Amino acid sequence: MAKLESNFKTMVMSLLGVCAVASSLLGYMNSITESPIAEAKLKAKLEAIQKVVPPFNNNPSEEVYLIETDLGELECFPAKMDSVLVGVAISSKTNIAFSGSFSVMVGLNPDGTINNTSVLEHKETPGLGTKMLEPKFKDQFPGKNPETSKLKVKKDGGEIDAITAATISSRAFCDAIMRAWNAWKKGERK
Amino acid sequence: MNHFKHFTKGILQENPALVLLIGMCPTLAVTTSAFNGAGMGVATLFVLTMSNIVISAIKNWVPNKVRIPIFVVVIASFVTIVQMTMEAFVPGLYKSLGVFVPLIVVNCIILARAEAFAQKNSVLDSLLDGLGMGIGFTLALTTLGGIREILGNGSFFGMRLLPENANTILVFILSPGAFIALGYLIALVNKLKKSK
Repeated sequence: MAKLESNFKTMVMSLLGVCAVASSLLGYMNSITESPIAEAKLKAKLEAIQKVVPPFNNNPSEEVYLIETDLGELECFPAKMDSVLVGVAISSKTNIAFSGSFSVMVGLNPDGTINNTSVLEHKETPGLGTKMLEPKFKDQFPGKNPETSKLKVKKDGGEIDAITAATISSRAFCDAIMRAWNAWKKGERK
Repeated sequence: MNHFKHFTKGILQENPALVLLIGMCPTLAVTTSAFNGAGMGVATLFVLTMSNIVISAIKNWVPNKVRIPIFVVVIASFVTIVQMTMEAFVPGLYKSLGVFVPLIVVNCIILARAEAFAQKNSVLDSLLDGLGMGIGFTLALTTLGGIREILGNGSFFGMRLLPENANTILVFILSPGAFIALGYLIALVNKLKKSK
């Protein structure tokens, strides 16, 4: 078959045809993948919550509440054991990271002490900023209460040892935790 | 035998990243580790092969003046399908490769192969061309990522080769290291091509 000539009719028809096929194909794919995607996301969130708060037996994503901050709303997941509050997991984020922003799940005990943290998403430099995922840096936080400890890197007058050659990532990590804690404090006062 | 040539040329003789020097943005940006390089390469390989097949199949129904928009729609559709499938069924892989997938749409290798090869050749040849170019791109990115990871982080595919706090050449993990490593790699490939 000879190649179609480029005139108004063939151009409109071929573009229309290709777009129609492409969009119906994508719509079909979306309908198949929509619910598995939502499930996978929920599962990842639940796993992060389990990592940062003490054992619980309620469904934190059903009792989620939102706290307004300058970076938008933060999700707070209350974790309860036999309907007694054992901790709150806060999905916090920072916008001063080396590559824009990252998000951290911060687990707080009911008295405001940090229980544990888990990075949800990040784009930091492999080998430098990613050292924030390692115990040497991460394990400085659990057990500290921002009320009594200064959660800033030592360069800024705090008591956190920054990662060598990744001060910006360390700073951002502290920022994300403080944001979660401030939001929690704000929510508690209500 | 002639068909086979379309497959092999992409691996060394016309390697897209190291000889044709197209697709430089992902080549330089994502190769901070061997795994990242391989992941971007495989994702590109899939989209490139699929779009080459489709574009070559529909080439006679595509009027010349609107060919680029049509190619871009085809490529973008495949990228979106890959992205949604990965997110739904292999969330672990999606988490580590997710950021690269949308970048494939603007990867000029794919449009370049559609324009220069698929729209002029048969479906079989375009399939082979896509596979060869994709494998060549994957090899180049994995090598580059491997070099940068070994020199800059002391590991290879995440396995430690040097102790955790060894003094590595940090610059290779950062952007300037990408240019340095790529430069030497291109020089090496030129030497290999000449000696043939």
